[in-house]
Amino acid sequence: MQFLPELTLLGAGLVIFLLSLGKTDIDTMKTFAILLGTLIFGATLVSWNQEGTLFFGSYQVDLYSQVFKILIAGAMLVVLILGRQLKDIKKSVHPEYYLFLFVSVLGLMMLVSSIELLAIFVALELSSFAVYIMVAMRDDSGSSRFQMEAGIKYLLFGVTATGFMLFGMSYMFGLTGSTQLSVVMTKLSSMYAQPAAIVAILMVLAGFFYKLAIFPFHFWVPDVYEGAANETTAFIASVPKLAAVALLIRIVSMVNGEGQVIVNVLMACAILSMFYGNLSALVQTDLKRLLGFSGIAHAGFVLLGILTFQLSGYANALYYISGYVVMNLACFLVICSITSQGENVQINDLSGLHKRSPLLALTLAVALFALAGIPPFVGFMGKFMILTGALKQGFLIMVILAALNTAIAIFYYLSVIRVTYCSDPDNYGRINNNFFTNTASIILMLIIIIMGVIPQPFLNFATSTVQAIM
Amino acid sequence: MDQLLINPDYPHILSTLIFLPLASALLLLFINNDSFARYWTLGITTVTAILSIPLVMAFDTTTANFQFVEQYSWIQSLNIQYVIGVDGISILLVMLTTLIMPLCVLASWNYIKTRVPAFMICLLIMETAMLGVFMALDIVLFYILWEAMLIPMYLLIGIWGGPRKIYASIKFFLYTLAGSIMLLVAIIWLYQTNNYSFFIPDMMWQDYSLTAQTYLFLAFFLAFAIKVPMFPFHTWLPAAHVEAPTAGSVILASVLLKMGTYGFLRFALPITPEATTLFMPYVLWLSIAGIIYGGFTALAQQDMKKLIAYSSVGHMGFVTLGIFVLNTQGVEGAILQMINHGITTGALFLCVGMIYERTHSRELRSATGVGKYMPIYVTFLTFFALSSFGFPGTNSFVGEFMILAGTFQHSIVLALAAIPGAVLAAAYMLRMLQKIVWGGTDNPDQSWLQDLNAREIIILCPFLFFVFWIGLGPQPFIELMHISVTNLLAQFHAHQGQAVAAVELIIH
Repeated sequence: MQFLPELTLLGAGLVIFLLSLGKTDIDTMKTFAILLGTLIFGATLVSWNQEGTLFFGSYQVDLYSQVFKILIAGAMLVVLILGRQLKDIKKSVHPEYYLFLFVSVLGLMMLVSSIELLAIFVALELSSFAVYIMVAMRDDSGSSRFQMEAGIKYLLFGVTATGFMLFGMSYMFGLTGSTQLSVVMTKLSSMYAQPAAIVAILMVLAGFFYKLAIFPFHFWVPDVYEGAANETTAFIASVPKLAAVALLIRIVSMVNGEGQVIVNVLMACAILSMFYGNLSALVQTDLKRLLGFSGIAHAGFVLLGILTFQLSGYANALYYISGYVVMNLACFLVICSITSQGENVQINDLSGLHKRSPLLALTLAVALFALAGIPPFVGFMGKFMILTGALKQGFLIMVILAALNTAIAIFYYLSVIRVTYCSDPDNYGRINNNFFTNTASIILMLIIIIMGVIPQPFLNFATSTVQAIM
Repeated sequence: MDQLLINPDYPHILSTLIFLPLASALLLLFINNDSFARYWTLGITTVTAILSIPLVMAFDTTTANFQFVEQYSWIQSLNIQYVIGVDGISILLVMLTTLIMPLCVLASWNYIKTRVPAFMICLLIMETAMLGVFMALDIVLFYILWEAMLIPMYLLIGIWGGPRKIYASIKFFLYTLAGSIMLLVAIIWLYQTNNYSFFIPDMMWQDYSLTAQTYLFLAFFLAFAIKVPMFPFHTWLPAAHVEAPTAGSVILASVLLKMGTYGFLRFALPITPEATTLFMPYVLWLSIAGIIYGGFTALAQQDMKKLIAYSSVGHMGFVTLGIFVLNTQGVEGAILQMINHGITTGALFLCVGMIYERTHSRELRSATGVGKYMPIYVTFLTFFALSSFGFPGTNSFVGEFMILAGTFQHSIVLALAAIPGAVLAAAYMLRMLQKIVWGGTDNPDQSWLQDLNAREIIILCPFLFFVFWIGLGPQPFIELMHISVTNLLAQFHAHQGQAVAAVELIIH
């Protein structure tokens, strides 16, 4: 039971693999994938209150990891639904695409449960390598070879970040003689006077900064977002970020006492992420690139929640990233639905969307206003919580800079909404919605609004989740 | 919590006013029928207006406390409450909002032809947000509604607006949002300092240090001065007014602008009394600048909507002047003038809208001589124009008179500086009136113009009624606010003692 979600995922991957060997109809396969996704989501729900450790204490199943698994499985299900046509993936590799998707999610689920350095490393690599391949799986029958460049960039940056992380881990092992995270961090906490300890922690964090796209490990974002197929980008932009936040919280919550240097470094990273992300997003014309840069800025906000080193701060970060994933998925739902061949979406392609498909336009508007942090949506509540938590710790300058960023960010979100609502379509046809897309967009909008208007139950839940590891 | 009064006869009246429009907007989401949307929205806004009348009947004018209070816990972990109530400062603004909304719906009856249900949804959500802003006693609730309102207003301008709607709507949104960002930081700071409470009365009259007050005041000032808009921050207003549909212009002029001045009264004065005293001279002279600038610019306009928009800058200058002279007459005059401006300018925008529906032009030149063919129309227009420049017997005369009387008490130089503004107002309004009523003969043939129909007369009559009621018998309105204003100023003067000393130290 404790290992049920992972086993289901593994099984799902195998089923897809077996199906790909025979001559299965491609549409059956896609329906099957969604069914399997639902099954996996169900498995995470069933096992949500399991507890225990596996694999000689390197794998912990607790409320914290199970909640993250539910979030990951839920986000994966949405990605499967919004990308169910796999418009821009090579026809011949559709089964393999699903296989790698499941393997990557498996890696992420293992990651949130890992409490041992090597387990963390293996899980992270398992999820990363699957995604490297998924990026390159975009259809190359046209002249564009973007996806190859993107795949290579993603791989190289990823390997570099992993290199940093491994190097940090070697320091940790050298300083403490253990690979158990709890042992390592307890021993390190008495060594903050030594630069080696600080360097070790920061380097290990770098691996997750890369996944979460925090400055200075964000360089892969724009090109990979642009180069990967829309469905793949939707996945990269949401699911791995959840796991990265899970591990960041897990590790940072073990840093205690005199970690002032670490706080300062994290602060710098958070603020630079916000400014870099928002200022770069101002000049983008490709919607996916824009969302990529906005994701960097939002990662800065998440980090601002984490670096308070308070239980409430971690809970806020969890609340924020869950909200972010929902908002982001809503945007990608629109992106995937309005393209006919899965091509990249320029902002101008959205013109007159409110006439071509009112529901999608509304979804996009709600998601973007939420990302911009306008009440009553979840984006505002998340930002408000994070800022309140940061000011409680006395980070007044940080709070002012973060607030300024909100003002910068509104401009580019608004410029997308402007095109959606205020310009009239020239020669674009109507968009045919279908049941799946409509239901998904209504559900996502409702989540965005409900999380924003009634945040208390979600915050309580986030707090009790985080409490499980404190 | 001794500042709160719960009125047992009407336990949920304020919540009903807030949520009725929102709930009916949600219902409208599912029905895609133009004429149903019109009648439904008219019905709901009318019901809201009727429901709000007991508010003023049962209002206790002998206390400065908040009345009709409702209080529920909302977000426990941050101690955010859903707490609403009205006092003498906000009740008139609440009434103005509820009463003006049905007229806005009527004014959009034929003007809005596309996406009618969506338009009506925006109007209803606007009503919820505006009422909530005036009633909120929790600062987070206030801020959420203050910001949330931007979305429907943005859509009103951006979708149903004129040719430059994109520019106007973006400018409106960015200006207002950017202005209120620091307000958010100020709110969080106040929350920490006041023992983790977002309750507005808890924040008032605390002795924050002068430095803290200075920063708080600057944050408040930026947010509210942009909303008012005060002189150097006004540039979004003409653009938004000109491009917005008639109903949008009316809401913008009548209600939205008042939020800035209301914010000064509700937040800046009670929370930062010393800083207010410190910055008072600058704000006063900015107000004068606004009055004169608005007047001169209005004089040069060819577009009637722009003319009225710039006149708004001048009128709102009078309001901020009245608030910051900080005596009873000034503040009471300012609140009354907020209402007056809502009535008069709202009506003028409606009048321009009516011409525009007929000739599809807002140019003063093409409207010349309309008076010959539309006698009923120009009758209304004349009264509103007279009211706009404060002709005795109309509502604005009372308001401006009180403000100027308050200003004279404060400083004669300042009052003398404001006088040209009143003269300019007469000049630009009479210029417009003269062209429209008597106009030249070199204009295109307008004999085909139809005079006002019954719907339009019904829209304008309530405005005219209030123009004369406030103009001839303002006492009931002043009584409503009197205790609250005296109480506000008494507390204010008790708390500014040190500030006066500080100011004198700086001056000498």
